[in-house]
Amino acid sequence: MAEMWINMGPQHPMTHGLWNLRVKVDGEVIVDAMPEIGYLHRGMEKIFENKNYTQIGPITDRLCYGSSITWNHLYCMTVENLIGVEVPERAKYIRVMAIEIQRIASHMMWLAAYAADIGLLAGFVLAMRDREIMVDLLQMLSGSRLTYNYSRIGGVAADLPPEFERDCLRAIDFFEKRIEEHETLYRDSKIFLMRSEGLGILSREDAINLGVTGPTLRASNVKYDVRKHNSYEVYDEMDFEVQCHSDCDVYGRYVVRMNEMRESCNIVRQALKKMPKGPVRVKTPMYAPEGDAIGRVEDPRGEGIMYVIGDGTDKPYRLKVRSPLFVTLSAAKKMLVGYKVADVVSIMGSIDVCMGETDK
Amino acid sequence: MDLWSVSYDLTNLLVDIVNFFIYGLGWLIPGSIGEAFDSLGDWLASPGVMRIFTILMEIILLIVVALLNVVTLIWIERKLLARFWDFRGPFYVGPLGYFQNFADGLKFFLKQIITPIKADKFSYFIAPVIFIGSSILILGTIPIGPEFGITDEGTPVPGSVILAFAIFAVAPFSILVAGWAENNKFTLIGGMRSAAQMMSYEIPLLLSVASVIVLAGSFSFVDVVEAQADMWYAVPLFIGFLVFLVCIVAEVERIPFDLPEAEAELVEGWTTEYSGMRFGFFMMTEYVRGYAGCAIAAALFLGGWNGPAIIPDEFWFLIKAYMVFVIFVWIRASLPRIRTDQILDLGWKRLLPLAMLNLVIAVVLKTLGVF
Amino acid sequence: MQGKSDLRGEETEVTVTRRVVAGIESRIGRELSAKMGGDISDLKIGRGMVRLRTERPSLLKLCRLLRDAMEFDHLSLLSAVDWDDRFEVVYHIFSYTNCCTMEVKVSVPKDDPRIDSVTPLWEGANWHEREAYDMMGIVFTNHPDPRRILLPQEYEYFPLRKDFKMDLE
Repeated sequence: MAEMWINMGPQHPMTHGLWNLRVKVDGEVIVDAMPEIGYLHRGMEKIFENKNYTQIGPITDRLCYGSSITWNHLYCMTVENLIGVEVPERAKYIRVMAIEIQRIASHMMWLAAYAADIGLLAGFVLAMRDREIMVDLLQMLSGSRLTYNYSRIGGVAADLPPEFERDCLRAIDFFEKRIEEHETLYRDSKIFLMRSEGLGILSREDAINLGVTGPTLRASNVKYDVRKHNSYEVYDEMDFEVQCHSDCDVYGRYVVRMNEMRESCNIVRQALKKMPKGPVRVKTPMYAPEGDAIGRVEDPRGEGIMYVIGDGTDKPYRLKVRSPLFVTLSAAKKMLVGYKVADVVSIMGSIDVCMGETDK
Repeated sequence: MDLWSVSYDLTNLLVDIVNFFIYGLGWLIPGSIGEAFDSLGDWLASPGVMRIFTILMEIILLIVVALLNVVTLIWIERKLLARFWDFRGPFYVGPLGYFQNFADGLKFFLKQIITPIKADKFSYFIAPVIFIGSSILILGTIPIGPEFGITDEGTPVPGSVILAFAIFAVAPFSILVAGWAENNKFTLIGGMRSAAQMMSYEIPLLLSVASVIVLAGSFSFVDVVEAQADMWYAVPLFIGFLVFLVCIVAEVERIPFDLPEAEAELVEGWTTEYSGMRFGFFMMTEYVRGYAGCAIAAALFLGGWNGPAIIPDEFWFLIKAYMVFVIFVWIRASLPRIRTDQILDLGWKRLLPLAMLNLVIAVVLKTLGVF
Repeated sequence: MQGKSDLRGEETEVTVTRRVVAGIESRIGRELSAKMGGDISDLKIGRGMVRLRTERPSLLKLCRLLRDAMEFDHLSLLSAVDWDDRFEVVYHIFSYTNCCTMEVKVSVPKDDPRIDSVTPLWEGANWHEREAYDMMGIVFTNHPDPRRILLPQEYEYFPLRKDFKMDLE
């Protein structure tokens, strides 16, 4: 068979959203790859410039449907950095806890999507089932199930509901047992190892140079986590390990994510334990001063950054979003070339694609 | 009372009804045309023609029964998968949701059938016919009970095993044609994969079947099953049984070997461009092949309809076939999909030597006179 | 095909064990002003962050220095800003070794919006630069793939410029 271009997407089950992966194949072997994005572009950054700071909050939820709390929090944190507000202690702890619950939910959704990609439908169904636990917790916190809009500039929307601590601890304990169950489904499966080991190798140098972040970077053997090494909110008071893996392949990414979920459970527990009493929100001015600020968080998919420029009005002059997957996708060619067409799903599934934040 | 006599009676009845009108016309119309009608009636009632019609009737009856089994299998799969995956499965339509499949079939009937403009029309139409026709024809070769199979006045079809596998092997050809005719890169890759996979798994499959034939000394399902009255061939030919199971899963394209239609990478593989009831028939045909595979496994290795006479023989056969299918479902519920090169590796490097070894074991057993 | 053996094997992992080291920012700042001299201006030292401003001709020199001599190995963010009189490209470069962020601002005049691409240094800049071109119309010279990325190729406007008005009701 001669070399030919195959369009995987924009409507293809592998893509998990609207994007197009053009792969050039020689028979079944990939010789070139070209991701094309923009199908979901909503002009977020232009919208931000035309809304005031309060109105932007709910829009940032829509950046990524998989981890909306993280993005919402990132926005609030960036604006707080700009106007120089100190958030109450309790709000910081609540934020950390909510982010970690969201991280588990997001990783669970990744696990479900990835399992479906490699044809393990049991993994899909069971992971989606267990994600519900986390979504229920977030629903208790914020009242909604997908776009939570929980963080506000200067704190969080509401204090913990009554009995939340008890329910949360119970859910986390239950969930930790469930993770073990999920692991058995993958770790003990020879076919899963055949489909993940040695695939999509992204060496350490390439990963750093290509700007890849998050679990993909850590699976390429770089022990870097914004939470630990550029700590924000109260992460420096939390005791957790940065997960990394030396395999640089799809399996490494899987291991990193699974272990991160366990660490997140720990962090939630610690946050609940150390949480002080007090207010959860302070009043903030409507108008931001002139100047610029950046906020940097560890999104479930990588390093999320917002760069905000204020001009003294109630609207940001410029709000730039750095979405982790935007950069990770540009590394797709490096990960794909040399492997088989059937591996595309496994490799692209392993980076946890979310088009909402990529296309902005 | 066997299938032959039932079919004979039914055919007789039908021919009588038809002949009533033909002879009536012959009586009404005078002259040579009337005589022609009379002789047509005589020809219909002649033994040779009756024999052919009876065999046709047998095939129809057998296939209807088998299709009912197929529907049951789909239902079993849906229920079991649901239980494996922690939900309840269909339960609204009919008792325990049994008629859900009929509802789904009805839905397929209502869908529009779209033909791609650039498709190669003739091949596009003929490929499903070959695929579905050949798959359903397999059902006609497999007897469900000692008296519930196609016979010629009581004599079972000689070489029915060979016939079944010959028909089994037609499908890859039609899949390749379908994948090419749809004029789509994904379907073409799917068709190629399917052809490669089926061809490489045909060989270990037939080698493991050959070992059974060696032990039984006959090409007929009935003889093979009768020869297992004392011991199932799955016991002495355990390796062969495993090889057969793996190969038949690959042959009917179920997870983990469903890569010709891997929905995550090839959308739906070679069925992508088929819509409406054509797609519905494809889906059903997958299960027809699944049922055929299970039934063949039950007949060749699990003693067919041999069993304590508490229930009729046919039920023993179906129970065994269903149990094999439950294993298929179990596999589907817990394994991911394997990759093309790995599937070929597995076929040529692992299963083929094992099948050879199994054949040697069978020959040794036969030579020593154990069987 | 890449094999596992291709990975550099001497060190088992990058050790980013330190948080931002006290005083690292001013050390970097001193070193930079010694090496770059008049090419950089507006040097500000913040917590975990060094901010400075440079001119277009000296950008590549600065970036090369940052990457090769000072271990700034991760270009995390590249943003383009449309001011009244000029464009501005803002680079946020991060170092996995000492957890310090470098913010480099470069002005680009409106009548000649071109600037050297840093993609040859950090491949991660590739899509960022394409996005900056797509949204703001800043041309990155020597970019390997200078096409639009989010908008259609035949689109005529640069929507994040301030003169591109949004139709608000």
